[in-house]
Amino acid sequence: MRVPLRWLAEYVDLPAHKEDLARRLTTAGVEVGEIIRTGGQWENIVVGEVVKVDPHPNADRLSLPTIRIGNGEERQVVCGAPNIAAGQKIAYAAVGARLIDGHTGEPTTLKKAKIRGVESQGMVCSEKELGLSDEHEGIRVLPEDSPVGADVAEILGDTIFDFDLTPNRPDLFSILGIAREVAALTGAKFRDPPIQYEEKGAQAKSKAKVTIQAPDLCSRYVAAIIENIEVGPSPDWMQEHLTAAGLRPINNVVDITNYVMLEMGQPLHAFDYDDVARHHIIVCRAAKNGRIRLLDRSRHKLNEDVLLIADAERAVGIAGVMGGHNSEVTSKTKTVLLEAANFNGPNIRRTSQALKIRTDASTRFEKGLSPHLPPIAAARAVRLMVEHCGGRAARGLIDVNPGEATQTKVTLKMERLVRVLGIEPTDSEVRGILTSLGFGARWMPPDRFIVRVPYWRTDVNIADDVIEEIARIIGYDQLPTSMLRGEIPPLIPQPRRDLRERIRDALTDAGMQEIITYSMTDLDSLRKVLPKEDLQVTQPLRLANPLSRQWEYARTTLRHALLETLAANVRGNHELVSLFETARIYIPRDGDLPDEIESLCGVVSGRQPDRWGRPVGDLAGFYEAKSRVEHLLGRLCVSAGYREAVDFAYLPGRTAEIFAGDARIGLIGEVHPRITEKFDIDRSVAMFELDLDAVLPHVPEIPNFQPIPQHPALEEDLAVIVRDDVSAAHVQAVILASNLVRAARVFDVYSGDPIPKGKKSLAFAITYQAEGRTLTDEDVAKERRRITERLRNDLDAELRG
Amino acid sequence: MPSNTDIKTLESTALKDLDAAADAAALEDWRVAYLGRKGKLTGLLRGLAGLPLAERKRTGKQANELKDRLEEAHAARRQSVEEARVQQVIEGERLDVTLPGPPLPLGRLHPITQTMRDIVAALTGMGFQVAEGPEIEWDHYNFEALRIPPDHPARDMWDTLWIDYEVDGRRPMLLRTHTSPNQIRVMERSQPPIRIIVPGKCYRFEATDATHEWQLTQVEGLAVDEGISLTDLKGTLAEFARQMFGRDRQVGFRCDYFPFVEPGMECRIDCFICRGAGCRTCHHTGWIEILGAGMVHPEIIAKAGYDPERYTGFAFGMGIERIAMLRYGVDDIRHFYANDLRFLKQF
Repeated sequence: MRVPLRWLAEYVDLPAHKEDLARRLTTAGVEVGEIIRTGGQWENIVVGEVVKVDPHPNADRLSLPTIRIGNGEERQVVCGAPNIAAGQKIAYAAVGARLIDGHTGEPTTLKKAKIRGVESQGMVCSEKELGLSDEHEGIRVLPEDSPVGADVAEILGDTIFDFDLTPNRPDLFSILGIAREVAALTGAKFRDPPIQYEEKGAQAKSKAKVTIQAPDLCSRYVAAIIENIEVGPSPDWMQEHLTAAGLRPINNVVDITNYVMLEMGQPLHAFDYDDVARHHIIVCRAAKNGRIRLLDRSRHKLNEDVLLIADAERAVGIAGVMGGHNSEVTSKTKTVLLEAANFNGPNIRRTSQALKIRTDASTRFEKGLSPHLPPIAAARAVRLMVEHCGGRAARGLIDVNPGEATQTKVTLKMERLVRVLGIEPTDSEVRGILTSLGFGARWMPPDRFIVRVPYWRTDVNIADDVIEEIARIIGYDQLPTSMLRGEIPPLIPQPRRDLRERIRDALTDAGMQEIITYSMTDLDSLRKVLPKEDLQVTQPLRLANPLSRQWEYARTTLRHALLETLAANVRGNHELVSLFETARIYIPRDGDLPDEIESLCGVVSGRQPDRWGRPVGDLAGFYEAKSRVEHLLGRLCVSAGYREAVDFAYLPGRTAEIFAGDARIGLIGEVHPRITEKFDIDRSVAMFELDLDAVLPHVPEIPNFQPIPQHPALEEDLAVIVRDDVSAAHVQAVILASNLVRAARVFDVYSGDPIPKGKKSLAFAITYQAEGRTLTDEDVAKERRRITERLRNDLDAELRG
Repeated sequence: MPSNTDIKTLESTALKDLDAAADAAALEDWRVAYLGRKGKLTGLLRGLAGLPLAERKRTGKQANELKDRLEEAHAARRQSVEEARVQQVIEGERLDVTLPGPPLPLGRLHPITQTMRDIVAALTGMGFQVAEGPEIEWDHYNFEALRIPPDHPARDMWDTLWIDYEVDGRRPMLLRTHTSPNQIRVMERSQPPIRIIVPGKCYRFEATDATHEWQLTQVEGLAVDEGISLTDLKGTLAEFARQMFGRDRQVGFRCDYFPFVEPGMECRIDCFICRGAGCRTCHHTGWIEILGAGMVHPEIIAKAGYDPERYTGFAFGMGIERIAMLRYGVDDIRHFYANDLRFLKQF
């Protein structure tokens, strides 16, 4: 909200230092988002006095005023304004002044000029040239008491605080609300604006009637009748205030309703009394499919949740949002029916959102205004209409459901104050602060205040609300600091999180780059990496209001994200790129929140670097992905196995499922070219995925120590020839079945001459070792014979000669 | 039988051979040949057995003296050969020390993970424990239980992405807009003292620009116990800010509004770029807002089943992207989820 300080100063004296005031307000929770200065750009523009006006010798429309500009100096300028006259105080711009060009509207610097043969020593400015408005017909006349020679910025310039207000303080959406805060913070006195006026003629009640049919949505409706209205422009000072606050002046009646809304925070509406059928205002819910045309000429379809202001025949406005076109004040209006009402905040908010209309009124009402405000604001507006529209106020106000004059009272125990703030202000400090904010504070010995909350503070309801008032006026920075003491709660184990963080460490140690991508995606991306059936069985959660179609569904896999990121990072060369992400995927559950499964996905693609880091080595494939998985699982002390598997996204024959115990914990393989193609990746990609929740039970909390063997080991190589389809793991398992074999590591795979077709040679380095004794060559020879025997029997394996 | 002459001859051939041994392997061969178990000197000593006692003593002494001399000569020769080898390396096999080592792949954590870890470490050091919660939440936990009923104007503070799922004409499920719902979940299942932090992803219905993202990461903190006051909150946040942004940071607090705290506040640090003088980063205010905080609203304490007269608490929440931007000097939040390796490789 924009608050011009000239206006604010009418209710409270302001300190000289404006930045300091803004800082103090901000610290107290009334945030000044921006300080705007009008007139700050006016250099070399001073107050001048028109001494005399001579005619221009060569042009009828121009004149030659002589301007006194202080220090006994005078200047003659050429002027085209019809309203210039001797004795006026005007804004005089010297040569070199920065102005707005009256014709182009662009900033410019005033130069020496001859106009129709006469030199102009500077100029007299219009509002447009000063950047105040678009007014360029005549010059801007300054107040008579403006001191000659003073900077015009001092007379016309203003500072505007643009506040970023919080929704709990509807009272601050008004100049008076801000003035009260300034008074409390600076100790200056707050001045209420006058609301008295002279009543004449008939009783308002006899001239109009108000019926509230929806008391749950309208707790109070105040109406005033002002007759004999002359619609015209509002006074200059009011137009200036409104313009500075960001509103456009319209006419005196509408300007007054806006002025009082900005001043007091209570939205008002002026109806043309003669357009209100039977002079009867009815506050009621709209009919389904009802229609209305508003002041801004927009048309809206209504529903039963919308609160209407109607007359005896038709809708004349949407309550709390905007008045109707059919009853607006026009130049012909003679009598005004002024509305000041209190509407239900949530309802106004719903309506304003449903109809997509946000107005100054709706943003105030939705925050919950005080029901005490309408008669005060109505009186203020009536007074101004009597003063400035020639109005005659009918006697009294129509006030439906005035309610009881309730006042919120809060008990504030000093003990609570100390408990929450950690300090103990004195009684008089507390009382002083509360009084400055308009609260009443009565001390109840021995230990508490009874606090009366002023009507405008609808946000203060409990002791802690009052405590905040005290803290913010003292200033949080003035409170001492302390550290937490007391018992530290027992440790809550976080196994899923611990596992995720260990995975991040292990994979970055293995040279992989972590990425974090968006949790939402589109169906197309999911369809690229998941089979149709999967997406039918597990339909991803959809957003009702996605920001874009691109982010419409909660992802059920990470695959697409890794491939998209890879595609975006693949550059011309074949540099090795290896990426991973650990994130949740969202598996819907009927009528419940989705299952959020912690997942891991990694991709490797490109060529291995040579000694110089050039990507000229082998293309990374299945085994490069696997080495990363093995590194990871090794770090986690998970003993895992691998067996061939088939999956939509992977290339058959180059895909394995990873298992631990009997459980499948993940997948690994080369991505099917049909899939990489969909991501515009033109090179092979190896990928792996782990389900962290499946891995978790297989991660030992602490690895189990195995004693280091005391007796020496013997190492021997063994090469066997097996059928192509016999896996290394199978051969290894047979070798490891011997209890004298401690380890068997595969170190060569070979097929081709002289190995027969359909067979391959597998070479193992076998470590023999026994507990409690040193093995002899004979022991090993015997055991080797047993192993080869078993290999022959189980796998039809032959020893390679 | 070995004689004096034999010993002399052996010595001269041994020393000649030793001179010829030019590297470590040749020296070892020489040692085996002369001094080893089956070596020439050992053979000579073995031959002494057949000599008369007096001669055996004399020749034996000479042979043993020869053994000492040969061992000494071997050691000396070995040393000179080694020195020569080192000298050769130094003079003849000089390396260009400016050449790079063969590259090892360098993996990096995402800058958000790195920042998150530093934040979590700072707070766990103060006794806070991590408690994570769901990212897709009920309206109840995200809003209502935090004192933000439907149609409350404070809902504007968190523009929401809703799951397309309706019950009785209302949408109860959403992408959490902050990590605060887990405050309620933790309080529901535990008793004070509570001291937790909730790191995690959040989502907002927000158009993206240089300072706004629709997906973001937050850390929430919550402490509930007897005797917790606003001064403890100030102390905790000041310590946190100094751990994250430097010990000489000044910390400021101002009043702010969040429906689930009372009093509410915002924590600011003095701008570490301009040190309070005013610059672009701090929008010429000298201060940088880093988090929102406050004392847990007594209604929330009561709803958790704790006695609000006995227990008080504080809560705070901050955006990790913002803190990462400040720490690393990143000027556009959209970098974080664009995952351009040219960006990620800088951290």
